[in-house]
Amino acid sequence: MTAILRDPRLRPYFVGIGIGVLSWATFYFMDKAIGTSTPFVGAAESVVALAAPDHVSKNAYLHKLYGDKTGGIKPIFNWEAALDLALIAGSFLAARIGGGFGRERVPSVWAERFGPSVGKRYLAAFIGGFLLLFGARMAGGCTSGHGISGGLQLAVSSWTFFVSMFVSGVATAAILFGIRRRGEGAQ
Amino acid sequence: MFTHYFEDVRSLALGASVGLVFGFLLQVGGVTRYNVIINQFRFRDFTVLKTMLTAIVVGAIGVWAMLGTGAIHSLHVKDAALAMNAIGGAIFGVGMALLGYCPGTALGAIGQGSRDAIVGVLGALVGSAVYAEVYPPIFRALGSIGDLGKVTFADITKLSPWWFVAALAAGTIAICLALELRDRRIRPGRSAV
Repeated sequence: MTAILRDPRLRPYFVGIGIGVLSWATFYFMDKAIGTSTPFVGAAESVVALAAPDHVSKNAYLHKLYGDKTGGIKPIFNWEAALDLALIAGSFLAARIGGGFGRERVPSVWAERFGPSVGKRYLAAFIGGFLLLFGARMAGGCTSGHGISGGLQLAVSSWTFFVSMFVSGVATAAILFGIRRRGEGAQ
Repeated sequence: MFTHYFEDVRSLALGASVGLVFGFLLQVGGVTRYNVIINQFRFRDFTVLKTMLTAIVVGAIGVWAMLGTGAIHSLHVKDAALAMNAIGGAIFGVGMALLGYCPGTALGAIGQGSRDAIVGVLGALVGSAVYAEVYPPIFRALGSIGDLGKVTFADITKLSPWWFVAALAAGTIAICLALELRDRRIRPGRSAV
């Protein structure tokens, strides 16, 4: 039994089953669907609010996400923000237990293509992160909220997002890395 | 302005429990790795697709069964504003291929020690703040294009959701079986990770 659980080829399926069951629990116990990107807005606006509280309190998008019926703002640090923070801890635990923990600045596949420059990698990561959340908020969700939660609910919005982001990701990767068939060149 | 910044303890504890398990699973599954995600977009590693499709099928079976039996009373379907879903998705895809993580897996990557993910999350926070500023004109321009409301494929086709769940399950099994058989042909025996 442990041999089956440890077979790396079967691992994506076991992990997928685990995430699927986790989504049942989220619906059943919390009446929620798993998502991760909304708290990024809450966190960002909390920081902006330190400098410009009046500006943030009138922000239409903040009210769309967190507004209540009386015109107030619901708690920013909510269940989903807790989920996001605990996600970091869960991954940390798994990496510690599984031996996958380690400081990494430039992933090997990136380095093979763009070299070992940390600055170049961080610049791409920053721009990528910017577009990631800009796109997620425009689409109304990310790979968790749209991709998994929306996908399993058969949501038209989510499958539209899923197809669009996958095609765009493949096209972007092709531009970044070139289109070489497996076996040719590196790897 | 934030009169109640923190939600009640029960919600926070439940959310944290889900996050802890979610992060653990993502890391164990290898999908918090830049190499794994970028190589999905390059069709060299199908871990992401296998994981997501399995999660969607298993999740769908349980959630639709719970809805059918009354164990849960409602879904949480997001608005289909198709122009915004599609354009936002396209921007997201560019970002994900550049960063090599999505929002959840970027957080997971931070947990495993990936420093580039910290920079990515900083970019993501700035992207969120900028979107919050430009949301009104974007919504005015695009929000009504393809606006179907919170609908599922079962709603718009008037078919039972189980047809779609069955089709998804069959499609997932077919795709994953094809991938495993192909890998077996290329590399006989057990593959190394």
